[in-house]
Amino acid sequence: MTRAWGWLRYHAVSIWAALAIAYLLIPIALIAVFSFNDPEGKFNYTWSGFTTKYWGDAFAIPDLNDAFLTSLRLAALATIIATILGTMIAIALVRHQFHGRRAANFLIVIPMATPEVVIGASLLSMFLIYGISLGFFSLLLAHVMFSISFVVIVVRSRLIGFDRRLEEAARDLGATPLTTFRTVTLPLLTPGLVGAALLAFALSIDDFVISNFTSGTTVTFPLYIFGAAQRGIPVQVYVIATMLFVVTVAAMVFVTWQQRRAEKMAEVRADDDETGLSALASGKEPISPAGSAA
Amino acid sequence: MNDESKPLSRRLVPYWLMGPGLIWLVLFFVIPLYFMLRLSLESGTLETGFEFTWDWANYSDGWDRYSEQFFRSFLYAGTATVIALIIAYPLAYAIAFRGGRWKNALLFAVVAPFFTTYLIRTIAWTTILSDDGVVVDVLKTFGILGENGKVLATPSAVIAGITYNFLPFMVLPIYASLERLDPRLIEAAKDLYSSSRAAFVKVTLPLSAPGIVAGTLLTFIPAAGDYINATFLGSTNTSMVGNAIQSLYLSLRDYPTAAAMSFILMAVILIIVLIYIRFAGSEALMGDEEEAT
Repeated sequence: MTRAWGWLRYHAVSIWAALAIAYLLIPIALIAVFSFNDPEGKFNYTWSGFTTKYWGDAFAIPDLNDAFLTSLRLAALATIIATILGTMIAIALVRHQFHGRRAANFLIVIPMATPEVVIGASLLSMFLIYGISLGFFSLLLAHVMFSISFVVIVVRSRLIGFDRRLEEAARDLGATPLTTFRTVTLPLLTPGLVGAALLAFALSIDDFVISNFTSGTTVTFPLYIFGAAQRGIPVQVYVIATMLFVVTVAAMVFVTWQQRRAEKMAEVRADDDETGLSALASGKEPISPAGSAA
Repeated sequence: MNDESKPLSRRLVPYWLMGPGLIWLVLFFVIPLYFMLRLSLESGTLETGFEFTWDWANYSDGWDRYSEQFFRSFLYAGTATVIALIIAYPLAYAIAFRGGRWKNALLFAVVAPFFTTYLIRTIAWTTILSDDGVVVDVLKTFGILGENGKVLATPSAVIAGITYNFLPFMVLPIYASLERLDPRLIEAAKDLYSSSRAAFVKVTLPLSAPGIVAGTLLTFIPAAGDYINATFLGSTNTSMVGNAIQSLYLSLRDYPTAAAMSFILMAVILIIVLIYIRFAGSEALMGDEEEAT
């Protein structure tokens, strides 16, 4: 009895965690399951039979296809622009000393701490006053804006863990700054960049609130779902959402795997610093960062 | 400051790097806020046109007409934040200290909801909580819910949805702070004859406080402005301030009141956050800035 109690007490945290994970995953599983539902009425809310026909007809609704394509195009463009601008900011913040760092940091953090409805409403206010017509272009301006901060955070954390001795080694071996950037910095930074880009893409393709304010008559995937919710969401939406989930998860796993590989290639990281220095101090071998990276 | 010795062109490099991105943020975040501020002080209707008149009445009108929604927003967001913390802390703890080789898979499960569309995720909850769904059945069996009881279209459903949708924002910062924690500190406490509980209360909990502060803010702020959960899982009796702002802007086109209410929302959030930071310490927010310098 006391042993069972002790076991339960030790594992209470793990059991709680397992339940929490279930709570997080159940709605996702439900979406996947309901993409195989054969609803009787217009509403895909109750289970009424298995079918694969909606997977076969995934792209049978022209309005939905248009909305999804608009979202993909918008997310792709917003991702490219936000990743470039955000990475440049991150490099400046980590690699350079300058006045106004606090102000820059504040400007980057504050959009993330502002409710989306306020961001959307304020953008609409400006577009209204300037008479800027709402549509794909205004959506793009907004999506890049809210993605930049997240890109900066991801790339910055990657740059902080970056071993600059690898670059110094390249420079010592006669590489020009440009060659160093191209052959050392960029490859090591790539997993971080791809991670940031994926995040920006996910944020953009998923955004409803800010898009609702800045879209005009342009319809994105989330806006289509919102509009369809009143009259019953077609099963195809569940199918496309499941596809999107599978594709982004696959991309995410691939990036994590690449990141691990990059980290292995550049084993000289902050954690290993101690051993490197102690080896150097004991005079056993004159190791250079470049040597141990090879 | 050793950068004074560098040539001017070198010193300008960071500004060139940051320039385009920060200008984008100024143009499409800061300046829009200015225009919203101006709009919030204008008077008139859509038909007659709006005119800038320092019309502060928009603020008092907005507050009077929608004080219920304001109150509800902060109540729901606060409740959801507390529940999320209760769910998230043990989860983050288990991943950080008991995760083993499953650590990455578990972290992945935490962010998995982000890879499905927010709206569909929320709509999936309408199926789970529907009147003939499993949750309602179970609650009725245990007598928690009456024979005609329902979960959907009640405040509980809205709070459950908000908790679900923002839970990852709570888990990740707490996990990050626990992960950074040196396990030798806990061992040291135990070596000094501290009980597991005392070691947790005196070592683990205080050291993970920055994560808790960051997590609560990241959950509370978007939750207070959210209106998706109230739209899909609630009823007209559970509408939040986001619903009001959205309909004032996009349906009723009463721009000045809507703008004023956005500012009230922002101001109240700011006040709550400042009080909270004063109370909980500012390390959590300033922490990662210091890393960069």
